[in-house]
Amino acid sequence: MLEIKNLHASVEGKEILKGIDLSIKPGEVHALMGPNGSGKSTLSNVLVGNPQYTVTQGSVTFRGKDLLQMPAEDRSHEGLFMSFQQPVEIPGVSMNNFMRAALNAKRKYLGQPPISGGDFLKLVKEKREMVGLDASLTRRGVNEGFSGGEKKRNEIFQMAMLEPLLTILDETDSGLDVDALRIVAEGFNRLRTENTSAICITHYQRMLDYIKPDIVHVMMDGRIVRTGGPDLAYRIEEQGFDWLKEE
Amino acid sequence: MLQGGSHPLIDRHRADALALLEARGLPTRKVERYKYTDVGAMLEPDFGLNLSRLPLRFDPRSLYRCKVPGLGSTLHYVAGDMVEAPLEEDLLFVGPMTEFARRRPDMFSAYYNKVEGDSLAALNTMLVQDGLVIWVGKGHRAADLIQVVNLAVGSVPMMANRRQLIIMEEGAEASILSCNHSSTAQPHLATEVVEAFLGEGSRLQYYNVEDAAESASLLSTANFIQQGTSHLEYAAVTLSGGISRRTVNVSLEGEGADVAMSGLVVADGIQHVDNNLLVTHRAPGCHSDMLYKYVLDGSSTEAFAGKVLVCQGAQQTDSQQTNANLCVSPQAHMYTQPMLEIYADDVKCNHGSTVGQLDDAALFYMAQRGVGPEEGRLLLQQAFAWDVVLRIGLQPLRQRLMRMVEERFRHGTSACGDCGMCGVRKI
Repeated sequence: MLEIKNLHASVEGKEILKGIDLSIKPGEVHALMGPNGSGKSTLSNVLVGNPQYTVTQGSVTFRGKDLLQMPAEDRSHEGLFMSFQQPVEIPGVSMNNFMRAALNAKRKYLGQPPISGGDFLKLVKEKREMVGLDASLTRRGVNEGFSGGEKKRNEIFQMAMLEPLLTILDETDSGLDVDALRIVAEGFNRLRTENTSAICITHYQRMLDYIKPDIVHVMMDGRIVRTGGPDLAYRIEEQGFDWLKEE
Repeated sequence: MLQGGSHPLIDRHRADALALLEARGLPTRKVERYKYTDVGAMLEPDFGLNLSRLPLRFDPRSLYRCKVPGLGSTLHYVAGDMVEAPLEEDLLFVGPMTEFARRRPDMFSAYYNKVEGDSLAALNTMLVQDGLVIWVGKGHRAADLIQVVNLAVGSVPMMANRRQLIIMEEGAEASILSCNHSSTAQPHLATEVVEAFLGEGSRLQYYNVEDAAESASLLSTANFIQQGTSHLEYAAVTLSGGISRRTVNVSLEGEGADVAMSGLVVADGIQHVDNNLLVTHRAPGCHSDMLYKYVLDGSSTEAFAGKVLVCQGAQQTDSQQTNANLCVSPQAHMYTQPMLEIYADDVKCNHGSTVGQLDDAALFYMAQRGVGPEEGRLLLQQAFAWDVVLRIGLQPLRQRLMRMVEERFRHGTSACGDCGMCGVRKI
């Protein structure tokens, strides 16, 4: 589904990614761990096309298409979704209007007619209930005055609405208490199918108790330095990252 | 010639107006209040004046059919400065000033031309031949919206001198929508003076929507004088036009008077809008609330100056003033000046202004969800503008303006589809 080859990227002239190779197949969940500043968030931002980051070398294909040539919105239409570490507040743009614009943009890209008002509201209700998002929140401005937990749940709600093929969870556990984390993770798990994949970026094993990875990668200084099974995450939880530096 | 199409009670103010104009001259950019608008340049073209009151060569009713759903309104056309479609009931008059001056000379004299000192208003007073009077008698509620359609007309560059005199007697209620449109691509200049008197406990909604051609220029002075516990809701929405200079003065003269002022400017190209507002709290316990927002695109240059003056003795004043501006293009310029002058010691006043750009983080967030930059910009601009539109108390007008604002951002024009007038920017 996703093939990353020798990816180098920089932000404001400083090289952050120094040669990433990663392959993700349909249905797989990959965990991406690593100390602060190792390049995890840069990788996810580069994948979804954040214009602040510049790719200097390498290639990324998503379902056979050259991802790096596409604008961010087309990457979204193709099935790429990122749950933001810090979801942006957009006062005045209601969640409902925003999601309707997003859905219709995707449908237009896929050559489908716009969704009717009635069908849209039905879909919102169904997905809202699936992820446990309060009805009043979809009538508010995007993330406007949402609590930390509500923002993260709202990310999963948007994921449910857009039904992506590959989801990047960028430190979705940060700022969440255990109960909120469980609710968000359960929402995510309910949306998984055998064809959908995920990259789960986290510092903590705790997240991976809820979202079970098939493969665990450790990033340090812009490279993937170790790849293993779920055990790797437990070892990091116990011993930190220092032993990897020494090896 | 001026007097031929007018009335002696209007004529008798001309000499003083001319004297004032000669003494003070027109405001130049050296005058602080006119720093950002070159009045001299606006008056430079060789404009014609329809002094001999030649009738129109078209029927405005066939050209302009404003049908806003749910908006029960009486339509009154002011083509150039000629008023048609008068409406008269026991306690309501909407019609030509000359007619009103004939019927109620004492009342007319008591209210006409109380504007002080402004030489642009004096220019209007000197040249005006007729105008519109809206009188609502004591305790009367005008059930329908009074919609005034100001049309710029003429196959050559024309200047029109428009006048509105609004008299709201004690406890009267009315809603007025004054729209500015162009039916000509010729340069046209309108000077406008609005004088409104709100009696004790009266309530007035006064809305102005400007959707004129790029060749339009407007020099407008509006004075609202409010007695105790009267309520004014004022909103000015500029969707398109050429150069507009608006001076709005509100004087809160009786205890407990209340004014809410809202303004929205959507500007692009070389459009120029300059709003200059003054709210004077002269009596205790009055409330004023001002929200003006501008969205600037292209190389438009806009100005806002808002001043709240709290006089000695105006204790318990509650006043808010906000001007927020969104510069969408790097070539757009905004000059903003919020001012507060207080001579009383028991007041609650705040004011502020901001100038910002579109939020890149928000645009990227939207793009990640599939909403591309074009639609994203649209949503952000709309959201910014909505705040003002949502304050409009008259619900059907609010709905219509939401649609017009969206159209304006989406297509650059604000056609509402019901007639050939709104949204005609380049005729």
